Amino acid sequence: MGNYLELFIKAVFVENLALSFFLGMCTFLAVSKRIQTAFGLGAAVIAVQLITVPTNTLLYHYVLEEGALGWAGFPDVDLSFLGLVTYIGVIAAMVQILEMVLDRYFPPLFHALGIYLPLITVNCAILGGTLFSVQRDYTMTESVVYGIGSGFGWALALVGLAGIREKLKYSDVPAGLQGLGITFIIVGLMSLGFMAFAGIQL
Amino acid sequence: MSSVAKRALLEPVVDNNPVTLHVLGICSALAVTTSLLPSLYMCLALTVVAACANAAVSAIRHVLPSSIRIIVQMTIIASLVIVVDESLKAFAFETSRELSVFVGLIITNCIVLGRTESFASKNPVGLSFLDGVGNGLGYSVILILVASTRELLGAGTLLGYTILPSVADGGWYSPNGMMLLPPSAFFVIGLIIWAVRSWKVEQVEKPEFQIHEVHRKEAL
Repeated sequence: MGNYLELFIKAVFVENLALSFFLGMCTFLAVSKRIQTAFGLGAAVIAVQLITVPTNTLLYHYVLEEGALGWAGFPDVDLSFLGLVTYIGVIAAMVQILEMVLDRYFPPLFHALGIYLPLITVNCAILGGTLFSVQRDYTMTESVVYGIGSGFGWALALVGLAGIREKLKYSDVPAGLQGLGITFIIVGLMSLGFMAFAGIQL
Repeated sequence: MSSVAKRALLEPVVDNNPVTLHVLGICSALAVTTSLLPSLYMCLALTVVAACANAAVSAIRHVLPSSIRIIVQMTIIASLVIVVDESLKAFAFETSRELSVFVGLIITNCIVLGRTESFASKNPVGLSFLDGVGNGLGYSVILILVASTRELLGAGTLLGYTILPSVADGGWYSPNGMMLLPPSAFFVIGLIIWAVRSWKVEQVEKPEFQIHEVHRKEAL
């Protein structure tokens, strides 16, 4: 249990996808103007991360990895070069399915997340989470924990930045830094703050 | 070179830079900017993918039904990235290990999909190819600037050659360790944006909330 908790803390704070690996930056900067929308997108990312990271990890271990097709009678086949196409296909399909399920059974949530769901397909944080999970050879349970943790960390950073930017518009920023420039500097400061968790050992 | 082609190639470098003006495509790349060499490979990889993806999408633009165009574009991009990834593994194995997952993340780089979607699906093959190269260059300029700043100030070297001899080796420069950590990439980009916008004033964003100047008497 302890190592799962440690993995979670590490995924949320120390190895935060947005602040230490710069993943999902485009959406991160574009959607962080209001807290409410940031919440919506954050929730959607956590949900998609929770589904796609374990699915892709399973796919890698049982279909793509070298020798993984042994159960189907092809012990010598190595399909790992097909990884990227498979992952992006799975992510796109999962997002589409999640969209339809939400539309059918949880219409209010679907309307709240509405426009952000399709955007998630091209969010590097999602593909990045999968790639890290595969590269670090996580087991099924670890990949679930990592999926939730990395999604949560990304959402936390997004909501935090949105909170700061809502206040920031009343401050007197030099003309050239207005908008994008000052946002980058703030993200840098947030990233410094998150790095303070680096020494935590559980 | 005709003026249209020249514009497609050169405009994205400064005037219409995908990174500093449109906030596109910085995602997958900044993590590799701690040193210059992997960044150069990253730039090369992205430029190749952007140019070829643009050309390929433009070549099939008349036969591609618009309802499935995104998924077709994604597949083209993903296939190109696999080719680039496998060639890096074959010819530059050390660097490809350093780049780890970030080459794969070119798939979700918004510059590539953004250009195929907004430019290549409406323009002829040659022009689209040049547009891809141009956007790759615009991205490369920023990436190389960030990487050289970070490597120079963080380790005192460029491409592994010592430029500023560090105190540890008997020189005078004490390296700034923060430059090798993630936050510095954000600071450097923020400062680059500031510099570009002080030079090209028309790129400055309007403030969302105007602060009025109040005379001292009114404030009291």
